[in-house]
This record gives sequence, C-alpha cells and structure tokens, in this order.
Amino acid sequence: MIDKNIPTDLTAARHLTEEVLSLADAAGYSEDDRFAIRLALEEALINAIKHGNKFDPARQVRVSADVGNEQTTITVCDDGAGFDPSAVPDPTADENLEKPSGRGIMLMRAYMDEVSYNDYGNEVRMTKRRCTGLPHLAGHN
Amino acid sequence: MEEQASRLKVLTEGDVTLVELTDRKILDEVSISQIGEALSDIIAESDAVGLVLDFTSVDHMSSSALSMLITLNKRARQSNGRLVLCNISPPIYEAFTITRLNEVFKICADRSEAVAEASS
Repeated sequence: MIDKNIPTDLTAARHLTEEVLSLADAAGYSEDDRFAIRLALEEALINAIKHGNKFDPARQVRVSADVGNEQTTITVCDDGAGFDPSAVPDPTADENLEKPSGRGIMLMRAYMDEVSYNDYGNEVRMTKRRCTGLPHLAGHN
Repeated sequence: MEEQASRLKVLTEGDVTLVELTDRKILDEVSISQIGEALSDIIAESDAVGLVLDFTSVDHMSSSALSMLITLNKRARQSNGRLVLCNISPPIYEAFTITRLNEVFKICADRSEAVAEASS
C-alpha cells in the first residue's frame, strides 16, 4: 500500500509510477495489466501536475495505491480547482479527431475497469481488476 | 547517411527520412517536447518527401505523445510531406484504435512497407 504526497514534479511522478509498477510486478500482474496501470497512472499524474496544480511547486499531489491480489485501486488528488470530466469534448468525434488534446481521460477509462471523480473534480479514483488484459475494442473499427 | 541524436536515430532512404525513436517510454512532457521539436526541425530542414517514424523500441506512450504526433502530422502535410508510422506494438496500437487515431495516421506493419508508402 502506497499513501503519500509527492511534489508537483514530473520526476517525482515517474518515481511514484515505478514504485507502483514494481508492486504490481511483484504481485504477479500480467504485462498487459501493468501496461494499463502504467498508462492510466501516468495520465492521472500528468493531469494533476499540469492541469490541476499548473506546475505550481507550492502545491502537492496526494497518491494512494492499493495493489491487491484481485485488483489495484489508485487515487490521485491535486490541489487545483477541479474540473468537470463530463465537459471534456469527445476526442473521437469527427470534428475533434485532429485536435491535439483531450485523450488522456479517454485512455484512462479504456484501460482501467473503473474510473470516477469526486464532486469537486480534483481527485480521480481508478480500479484495475487483475487479468482483464487490454481494452475491448468493440465498436472501434 | 546516418545521424545519432539523443532520442532519435535518423537515416535517409532515397526521398524518405527514416527516424527510429530510441526511447522505450515516451511519457513525460519534457521528453515529448524535445522529440516533437527535433522531428519538426527534420521536416523543416529536409528535402525528403516522406517521413517514417519507426516505433520498434517504444513500449509505452502517453496521450501527450499522441498529441505531439497529431501536430507533427499537420506540419508534414503543410510541407507537402507524408508522415508514416511503423512497427507499433499491439498495446500501443490499441491506444491509436481507441482514440480513432488509426484513421488519422498512415500506419504500416514494418519499415519497408512504410518507406514504400512514404515515397509514393
């Protein structure tokens, strides 16, 4: 179990990601599951640092990660003003396909089994159940 | 011709510039920005028609890297060039499919196919 504050810093985020992935590796998670956890955690941390804390070194990111035998649950909370995830435009809409942003949340939702935000919009909670592999691509031809 | 940059290995095959991405993980903003700038410079400075990006060494990418590729694709088109991607691992290709970017980019299975596509 990891439960700590990290600075608003990409290097700290990278170290935290490696810490979580080493726990998943030790727990015997598959390569596909570890790929999914890494991708979602990286996206959540970058969102917290860049969009939430706006690279402000006075702010911190709180991270908890529970790597269990059945599932991994990760919570990432920033000190920012929060946002409304439902207001993020669908990056797969024809008119947004070539816009260079807005894909992080979609990837987190695709690779994890559950993704939810608190009401304030500054905390994301993600769960990956073990051995569910890569996302099912039905409807994405 | 071969040139070794820090994160890129650049070769020329006929009228195609071939770039191998040498980082295993293309995740953080600083690295992505550096790679994007280097690739933009290659497009701006090159007389070659096509640019092939070879992802053989890459096993992780973030959405910011996808964003960088979208910008690069636009730059290539503005320069009347053609960007082709190849050797993308199945897990990363899934990310392209989920985001429908497989419809935006020309993606080939291997380098020879990509070079042929980029020079056509």
